[in-house]
Order: sequence, then structure tokens, then C-alpha cells
Amino acid sequence: MTTQPAVHSDHHAEEPSYLVSKRGIMSWLVTVDHKRLGIMYMVAVLFFFLFAGVLAVALRTELFTPNQDLMSAQTYNQVFTLHGAIMTFLFIIPSVPAALGNFLLPLMLGAKDVAFPRLNLLSFYVYCVASIFFIGTLINGGLDTGWTFYTPYSTSTGTAVIWATTGAFIAGFSSILTGLNFVVTVHKMRAPGMNWNRMPLFVWAIYSTAIIQVLATPVLAITLLLIIIERSLGIGIFDPAMGGDPVLFQHFFWFYSHPAVYIMILPGFGIISELITVHSRKHIFGYKAIALSSVAIAIISFLVWGHHLFVSGQSELAGVLFSFLTFAVGVPTAIKVFSWVATLYKGSIQYNTPMWYAMIFLWTFTVGGLTGLPLSTLAIDVHLHDTYFVVAHFHYVMVGGTVIAFIGGIHHWWPKMTGKLYNETAGKIGAFLVFVGFNVTFMTQFFLGHQGMPRRYYAYLPEYQSLHQVSTIGTYILALGLFWTMFYLLASLFGKSKATGNPWGGVSLEWQTQSPPIEHNFHDTPHVHGSPYDFPEIDKSAGAHAH
Amino acid sequence: MSTAHSHAPVHDDEHNPHLAHHFDTMGQQNASAKLGMWLFLATEILMFSGLFLAYFVLRMFYPEMVLEAHEYLSKTAGGINTAVLLTSSYTMALGVRSIQLGDVKKLRLYLVLTILCGCIFMVVKYFEYSAKFEHGMLPGKFYSAHLHGYEIEGLPHIFFGVYFMMTGLHGIHVAIGLAIMLWMFVRAGRGEFDKTNYVAIENTGLYWHLVDLIWIFLFPLLYLVK
Repeated sequence: MTTQPAVHSDHHAEEPSYLVSKRGIMSWLVTVDHKRLGIMYMVAVLFFFLFAGVLAVALRTELFTPNQDLMSAQTYNQVFTLHGAIMTFLFIIPSVPAALGNFLLPLMLGAKDVAFPRLNLLSFYVYCVASIFFIGTLINGGLDTGWTFYTPYSTSTGTAVIWATTGAFIAGFSSILTGLNFVVTVHKMRAPGMNWNRMPLFVWAIYSTAIIQVLATPVLAITLLLIIIERSLGIGIFDPAMGGDPVLFQHFFWFYSHPAVYIMILPGFGIISELITVHSRKHIFGYKAIALSSVAIAIISFLVWGHHLFVSGQSELAGVLFSFLTFAVGVPTAIKVFSWVATLYKGSIQYNTPMWYAMIFLWTFTVGGLTGLPLSTLAIDVHLHDTYFVVAHFHYVMVGGTVIAFIGGIHHWWPKMTGKLYNETAGKIGAFLVFVGFNVTFMTQFFLGHQGMPRRYYAYLPEYQSLHQVSTIGTYILALGLFWTMFYLLASLFGKSKATGNPWGGVSLEWQTQSPPIEHNFHDTPHVHGSPYDFPEIDKSAGAHAH
Repeated sequence: MSTAHSHAPVHDDEHNPHLAHHFDTMGQQNASAKLGMWLFLATEILMFSGLFLAYFVLRMFYPEMVLEAHEYLSKTAGGINTAVLLTSSYTMALGVRSIQLGDVKKLRLYLVLTILCGCIFMVVKYFEYSAKFEHGMLPGKFYSAHLHGYEIEGLPHIFFGVYFMMTGLHGIHVAIGLAIMLWMFVRAGRGEFDKTNYVAIENTGLYWHLVDLIWIFLFPLLYLVK
């Protein structure tokens, strides 16, 4: 017998939750409680998601007709650059790790807090400083280099490159500090009995992510520093006229930024593992395979950056090797997808909102992953490079993967974070709109890209118009779905529907304390005796993993 | 997975004023701090690795220019600085050893000696940089050595760009290290460290050794090219 109901008896019930244990604005601003910091990060990243999302709607609106309607070419360049840079550096990289990860990691490990709570607070403010620099970019003439800051354009354009690169440089430190904190937390803060094989898969995913954050981000830091120095002192490392090499910049940049793609998606994988197993009430299929495939992806992610340079003049041999290694990423990724599908088999599936998002993820992420294969094929990439096919591919992975998982995770842990239940019907309507809107927007772009529509153009040939219009309408549906979701989630905060400690019947530790949790997470240090995915009633009937 | 009530075992550690609320034992707290420091050192190495890579690319592109330009770096100054930094690493290690044995007085003495060595390094660096400035051997577009009568074949601008980036970033790390050691000196004076609580000193030592180690690579690569 490895499962017991929540053990906390009534005499604890009067202890206040972390939301009200201390009062006043200062108690939030200087808090070192990982749960409050998680909430603060959540508010911050969602603000930037909204901001950069509005920019995306503006971009799609401009593309409704082949000619210039809303904005000039220069404005368009600035808007897509800010959309990309803010979404990447201020939203998607910190989204799951810093918001949900901060909230959940110590809870799932049975710890009172992360290893370095004050460092955690510092990293939040470092993030805030970074966002100020991005706002400074806006005020000081914008940025038109694309989020990739490619030289030599980024060292010669008149826009505020130094503001933006300094912002990304500082955001990187926030990311490093969070990752460092999480690695140490996982190593040193696990509750008694919580060995590596008993950690929830979300923890494994956050752990793998944290390793990439620690090992890849410093290279971005030095790259951005070199751009800043190059622009201010003209040292010429990336300038061929002075003996430098612009392709060196691309190597530097992608050595970070390709692993960064996995910083963005791995935590999403972790969320999906939790969602699928809890809402199908069945032990996860292939626990070790899923856990170790996260680590495998983290390792391979450092060896594939060259697939961004297929047409930048790197050697053919390098191209072939990078192409092969890129295909290799498909293996651990497919292991995960198959394991999730196998978990559903003979489970008791509950079609609630988090599960809807998990199902959407399985579809959209699989499309995103599979369209990566043609792009990693050398000969085909020459045709598809810098077209809408690439745009569609990475939006399927980043939005269809990470953002869908993030929203699903917010729904799954909403009762735990806020102590409130949202309206289930409203949730499903929102999920439906997001699913339809997303696919209409980006599925079309695969066709556009295949027909030769290049990315980053504000005007285009008339024959692309009908597909562009479909894509723009899809964007409006997606935006409607997201606003709808924001609305009912916020409404639930003021609603009467209170959540119990364990509304979904989850087994991992975060469900074994009250909702919302008390300031120190658990009344007594939990002792762990088994897997976080033991659902005996279903496992027995399915004949799988019975104890 | 099950949870059960437990009564945390009583440790002597619970009375240790240095133990933070979210740790159970001093051992756990110190091990966390050390692991965090090692991870931080890994990020430092990776950050410098970008510059090392830039250096190797430069050397591969223009081997003759690098060979010629490096002759203008002072091997004496670099050699003195290497000796000074190695000595400072030794005194730092002695400082860590002293506090492990509970000798705060000796710790403070060794911290002062280490800081002194760090300062000598910075002074020598200052004279080296001044000489480079005077001769116009400056990075990129500020390069003007040819106007001062120094003709170096090829594109020496970029060699001096990399030289100033690498030694400059390293110099900033030395300065930060000096500030940290000064802070540790003050804290030691307040009696914050003893035989059981010295992980901050140990981490300072680790950082300082890394700064030393990076110089050990910078010196031959920049000053002793063959």
C-alpha cells in the first residue's frame, strides 16, 4: 500500500495560506517565499505575453493585404523584432521554469523552499531590470535586427541595439541564477525518501532545463557583450573589414540559442507528463524513459546549433554532421510522445480543461516536431530556409508546444496556486478557440512557406493573399480564445468556488498539502515511500504496474 | 507516494544561528552553498570560453600577425603577474585552512596578503595598459600604433581587441574578487566565521582560484605565442 489520502487533519486547517500569511505590499516586494515569487513571475511573464501578443496581432493585420496598410516597412521590422525578442527573452524562457517551476519545485520535492531563497528574489529583480532595458529599447528608437541580432547589420543599424542586447544580457543572468538555484534545490532539498526515481517528471524536466540554463546562457552573455563592445568600441571581432568574422557571431549565438529552444520546450514536456498521468488516473508509461530522455535532449541540444547555418557557408561536412545530429533529437522526443500516448491506453480519462490542453499539445507539438525533420534535411532546407515554413515550424513547437503546455499547467495547478476553481465549461470553450485559432493561423503558414513566401516581409505578391488572410483570421480567433481564458481565470479569483487540497486526485507531494499551501508548504516534513504516479484502482484493472 | 507525520530529529545544528530556516542541517546548507558555487564557476568558464574561441579563430586566420603583435606585450609584466597571482592563490588556500582550524586571526592575515597580491596584479596591469594606450595599440577603430612608429603587418587591430577583451574581463573579475575578500575580512572581524561555519570563505577561495586559473591560460596564449 503506497497511497494514503491527504494526511493533514483538521486541527491544522486554521493555519493561513501563503497568500495571506503576511499582509501589505512590502511583504510581497521583499518576499523570499518561492510561491509568492512564482506568482510574481507569473504576472510579469503574462504581462509581456499580452504585450508581445498584441504586437503579433498588429503584424498579422498588416499582412491582411499585399500592400502597406497599417505600418511602414521600418515599423514592421521593429514590430516583428520586438515581438520575437520580448516573447523569447521575457516570456517564453522564464514562463514555465520561473513561474510554475518556482511555485511547484519545492512543493513537489517536499522542501520548505528553494536552496537559495534570497538569490531567487534577486533573480526576479534582475528580470525586472532586464525588462526596463527592453522598454528603453522602445523609447530609444526601437530595434530592427530581428531577435537574433545578426551581425554585421546589428553592429551598423541606427536603432537601439545596445539597449536590447543589454536587456537580453541581464535577462540571461536572471535565467542563470534561477537555473543554478533549481539544480542545487533538486540535488540537496529533496524530502526523506524522495530518491531520483521518485521525483515527479515535472521536476526531471525542470532539472534538465536548469542544466541547460546554467551551461548555455553564459555563452549568450559573452556574445551579447561582444556585440555591445563591437558597437561602442568597434573592436571588429565580427567585422570582416577589421579582420573579424560575422559567421563567428552566428556560431556563438546559436550555441546558446539552440539549447535555449530546449529551455523553452523541456518544461512543457514536464507539464504534459503530469497532466496526462493525473487526468487519466494511470501510472505514467516509461517513467525512466521520459525522465532520461529529458536529460538526453539536454545533452544533444548542445550539438545541433549548426543547423541554423546550413546556408551561411559552413563546410559541407559540418552541415552533414549537424543534420544527422538534429535528426537524433527526434529519438528522445518521440520516446516521450509515445510514452504519453501509451499512458492514456486503458486509463480512466477525464476530459477536463487541463486534459484538453494535453490533447491539443499531443497534436500540435507532434506537427511541430515532425516539420522539424524536413528543415534538418540539408537539401530541403536550402529551399525552405527563411520562409514561412520555418516560422510555422517554430510557432508549432513554441506556441503549440510550450504555450499550450503552460496554459494547461496553469489550469492544472490553478486550484493549488489560488485556492479557487475556474468554470469548467468556460475552460473548454477557451481551449477549443485556442486550438482552432492556432491551427488556422499556423497550418496555413506551412503552405505559404512551401510556396516561397519569405519571412520578415511587410508586403508580398498578390498570389499569397488568400492564405495570408486565412492566417490573419486564425490569429483573431486565437487572440479571442486567449482573452476569453484570461477573463474567466481572473473571474474565478472573485468567485465562490473553493478548491480542496487535492481536486484532481493527484499523488505527487504538491497535492498532499492544503490549497493554497501554507507559507512553509507542509506542516510536517513529508516522508516519501513510493512513486508519484501510483493510482492503484486503475493500475490494477489495467494490469499495469500493480503493487 | 505517501506522506506521514514525522518529528524532525533533533540536531545540535538546530541551535546554530547560521542555519537558515529552510535547511535541516548545517551539512545540507554548506553542501548546497558549495554546489551552487561550483555551478557558478562553470558559468564563468563557459563565459570565458567564448573569448578563448574567438582567440583561436583569430589565431587560425592570422597566425603571422598574432605572432608579430604579441611581441609588443611585456613578458616581464605578464610573468610577474603570473607569479603574484599564484602566490595569492597559495595564501588564499592557507586562509581557508586557518578558518577550518578555527583561527580567525590567521584567516584575516592571509586575506590581507591575498588582497595585497591582487592589488600588485592590478598595479602591474595598470602600467601595462598605460603603455599600450601610449603606443596606440588599442582595439579596433581606436588602433593607431602605426602613427607612433610601430608597423605590424596585417590586421593587428583585432589582436588588441581580443587582448583587451580577455584581460579586461579578467581584470574585472580580479577587482570583484578583491571586493569580496575585503568584505570577508570585515565579516571575519565581526566574528561571523568559525570552525563550523566557513563555507563563505571556502567559496571565496574557489572563486579566487578560478580567477587565477583563467590567468594561467591567458598568459601563455597571449604573451608566449610561438
